[in-house]
Amino acid sequence: MAECHPVGFQWVTEAKKRGARIIHVDPRFTRTSAVADKHIALRAGSDIVLLGALVNYVLSNDLYFKEYVRHYTNAATIVSEDYRDAEDLDGLFSGYNPEDASYDPTSWSYHSRSGQEKVEEPGTEAEGEYAEPEEYGAGGPSLKHADLAHDDTLEDPNCVFQLLKRHYARYTPEMVEEACGISAEDFAYLAESMTQNSGRDRTTAFCYAVGWTQHAQGAQFIRTAAILQLLLGNMGRPGGGIIALRGHATIQGCTDIPTLFNLLPGYLPMPEAGEHNTLQDYTGAIGSRLQKGFWANADAYTVSLLKAWFGDAAQEDNDYAFGYLPRLTGAHGTYQTLERMLRDEVDGYFLVGQNPAVGSANGKMQRLAMSHLKWLVVRDFSLIESATWWKDGPEIESGELRTEDIETEVFFMPAANHTEKAGSFTQTQRLVQWRHQAVNPPDDAQSELEFFHELGKRIRARLADSDDPRDRPLQALTWDYPTDEHGEPDAEAVLKEINGSYVSGPDQGKPLSAFTQMRADGSTAGGCWIYTGIFADGVNQAARRKPGQEQDETAAEWAWAWPANRRILYNRASADPEGKPWSDRKKYIWWDEKEERWIGKDVPDFPVKLAPGTKSDPEAGGPEALAGDDPFIMQADGKGWLFAPSGMVDGPMPTHYEPPESPIDNPLYGQQSNPARIVFPREDNFLAPSSNQPGSDVYPYIFTTYRLTEHHTAGGMSRFLPYLSELQPEMFCEVSPEFAELVGLENYGWATIISPRSAIEAKVLVTDRVRPLTVGGRRIHQVGLPYHWGTGTDAVVEGDAANDLLGITLDPNVQIQGSKAAQCAVEPGRRPHGKQLLELVEQYRRRAGITVETGNRRLTVPYGESEANTEEEG
Amino acid sequence: MPFMARITPLEWPVLRQLRSRDSTGRGAAVTSKKTRATKPRTDDADKVVQSICPYCAVGCGQKVYAKDDRVIHIEGDPDSPISRGRLCPKGAASEQLVNSAGRQTKILYRAPHSREWEALDKDRALDMIADRFLEARRRYWQDEDEHGNPLNRTLGVASLGGATIDNEENYLIKKLFTAAGAVQIENQARI
Ligand code: SF4
Repeated sequence: MAECHPVGFQWVTEAKKRGARIIHVDPRFTRTSAVADKHIALRAGSDIVLLGALVNYVLSNDLYFKEYVRHYTNAATIVSEDYRDAEDLDGLFSGYNPEDASYDPTSWSYHSRSGQEKVEEPGTEAEGEYAEPEEYGAGGPSLKHADLAHDDTLEDPNCVFQLLKRHYARYTPEMVEEACGISAEDFAYLAESMTQNSGRDRTTAFCYAVGWTQHAQGAQFIRTAAILQLLLGNMGRPGGGIIALRGHATIQGCTDIPTLFNLLPGYLPMPEAGEHNTLQDYTGAIGSRLQKGFWANADAYTVSLLKAWFGDAAQEDNDYAFGYLPRLTGAHGTYQTLERMLRDEVDGYFLVGQNPAVGSANGKMQRLAMSHLKWLVVRDFSLIESATWWKDGPEIESGELRTEDIETEVFFMPAANHTEKAGSFTQTQRLVQWRHQAVNPPDDAQSELEFFHELGKRIRARLADSDDPRDRPLQALTWDYPTDEHGEPDAEAVLKEINGSYVSGPDQGKPLSAFTQMRADGSTAGGCWIYTGIFADGVNQAARRKPGQEQDETAAEWAWAWPANRRILYNRASADPEGKPWSDRKKYIWWDEKEERWIGKDVPDFPVKLAPGTKSDPEAGGPEALAGDDPFIMQADGKGWLFAPSGMVDGPMPTHYEPPESPIDNPLYGQQSNPARIVFPREDNFLAPSSNQPGSDVYPYIFTTYRLTEHHTAGGMSRFLPYLSELQPEMFCEVSPEFAELVGLENYGWATIISPRSAIEAKVLVTDRVRPLTVGGRRIHQVGLPYHWGTGTDAVVEGDAANDLLGITLDPNVQIQGSKAAQCAVEPGRRPHGKQLLELVEQYRRRAGITVETGNRRLTVPYGESEANTEEEG
Repeated sequence: MPFMARITPLEWPVLRQLRSRDSTGRGAAVTSKKTRATKPRTDDADKVVQSICPYCAVGCGQKVYAKDDRVIHIEGDPDSPISRGRLCPKGAASEQLVNSAGRQTKILYRAPHSREWEALDKDRALDMIADRFLEARRRYWQDEDEHGNPLNRTLGVASLGGATIDNEENYLIKKLFTAAGAVQIENQARI
């Protein structure tokens, strides 16, 4: 955090000064470790073993926060008798289908109270239809209803609490030592620190970044932390939580108002072909009217969005133009699109402030895919490598591409920067901050707002007279935004549309002030329901700038946080079931007996008049069905999920698997790697043999990738600036003295790092910051690689790209690639160039006997009774 | 040193030190005329706006100083409850994002098979992109899947965005692409 979120880290320093204990768990020693109370090095990719062992420690020593767990989590809920755990099936959960490497989650369902019926999510009833990760928004999956069977003593063998206990029983300190390389003393220090610092009077927070997300099961890493934090009562309370340290100015905003294939604004899913043919199919699948909480009103959010986009063309008799929306058929993520490009099935590509030639896994595939395009539009500040690969990319040097043969037309369109346009960024804590424009963009530079508005205008003009029904959505699109004299659209006008307004009735034209005002009858419009309120009272709330020194620590009048300017989510959990603060020290939101409402230091994240003792009305559905002790108001049963009956596609509880490339055997299960991971078995994406497979010793080391303080991602905003380039001029690798000795590397000398995809060179930094670990009885060496450099001729500094070494394997829940743990070989000296480089890589692959199947066999345990363990997946 | 000659006994350092109550001799007593005449460059600004750092998601506050429609200085905003006036090396270097020599401010075009960039007029570039967008959209249009379920989409165009694009900009991109039926739209947020 001190490296990549330096100014945010001042608050960790402040906390430390006030007595907080800081523990840094990371494969490498960084500026964070330097000021932490303790640095614990672990093997990259072994996090679930560590977190699972903490869960086990809490459960087996009876250290969980009893009242919190009993009332606020699903610990007491009974799960179907058909459920089989990974402990029973050697690493698989019940419902695995080897045919397509996916799970049918039916057997993970809750039992309903009224009978033996399972409470499935809608959409899994039809045989052979499995959970589709891309269907889920932030609110998680839906339940048919919330009338569930419980055992409040937590003793029923099928209640969540007992399942959890059993699942993590083998995640012991010894296992942590074996799998993570963390000593029993260090584990005890961590476990004791966390448990002693959690409870009524104290809270513990986790901070994480892409060190958790970029794995073939990254979403489950975070789930494990969520289980732990729920058991310790650290969610929805000040000083608690799991804090995602997001890497880019508005990467949070890019998910909220998404430029992602699977989402519409506000975490509404993109409709799926065949399943969401009508608006009713769609909204019913997001949130059943009979489930608890605010997702039950998905119809109001959806209709308001359609009204914002299609205006008068969205009417009740045409399903509010729901049919205008394109439909998904499975995943259409950036890596699937890459494959389509390589098959010549995509003509045009827009790169908008993004540099995949350097910043995406398997750089060569990225660059070669671009050479298959008919046209490419690059919008950026400088001539980044993704704009110039056709003349100076690594494949030109290696002879794999010849400039004259490349047909791709490239448009470089200069972009306006953050001082040259007004607009809002959403930072890592959901705080939306407005930026004012200081100057006009120079020459041809334009904002994205102006470029896409203008492009839309031209596209619409060309289709104005069309009577083809496929052009109807573009014709009906609301696209009239006021512009200034330079053609720049008014960003506030767009923000107003995002906020929403009344379309009819007495308040027609007035801005909405809360998403609870949205209706499903077409009387309201709003582009992103969770942002409603950002323009409350016609005022740009994101532009509020009451100085921090004039406010309390919540600083509620600085900018605006979604939803409803709420700074801590699920903050009803900061009070006990009776509505009293857990302790005076941790007082945040509480029930005021006299006023009969929730009050406190923040906007309550709960129906403000819903009294603590209120019993749930199972018939009601929606927010009205919430009980007074259901703090997790976006969950379909109002509870924090220790066990996820649906929504996670690779298991209801996180379980440790080895990364797809790992030098050790999974110490817990026969199932080596995530059996539901998404694989790309192709000749341009070879994987190294894992563990004891023949050839694994050819790539015996682990490499991991990371960022440096002085650079930003693929370098587009840093390697072109003289100051930052001077601060970090060269690509380097960090290795331990023991490793340097072993391989023959010299400090400030060169190393060549070889993976089955490519080989790169880097200056050598021999440092104690990287330590070898003893794992599974073996000495394991890790190589650290920053990933900011790329080869081109326009940046101030250039160097080999770490991403060229990475293969592509994705987490099945979120389609994010594993970038944090992979295998490599290392040689002293610089790499060869041209054809010889390709030969070197090929030579290693041959020695390891790699084929497209290597590392892509998803199932590695016997399946069922009669199945042999030879299931090959392609 | 021509001004040495003009030193009067009153300018004797000890006296200066006493007079200005600068007991350690590290403040007013030792400032030169030049230093005294030096003004912060922000004094020349004809405009100051509150902004936000465009790099990481901490969201530090910035004050952007401009003169004659040019950014002359960027510094931390002390009012921000997040950053309290601080910026890290990236935020502190962001003035170069505006003014560095490596910035490309003109449209460039590379024709098929060409070895070089060429200049292109903005209006023409936008027209060419709009035409190509519609052509690719048409070529890969899909009305329905093999079971007759509506698809209403094209797979001929894709987009990959970075995560320093404003919310308002992302909103227009998603809105336009979705209405055009283009579903392959992605962002750094998944990377
Ligand atoms: S100044 Fe540094 S810490 Fe602050 S937002 Fe910018 S990059 Fe992040």
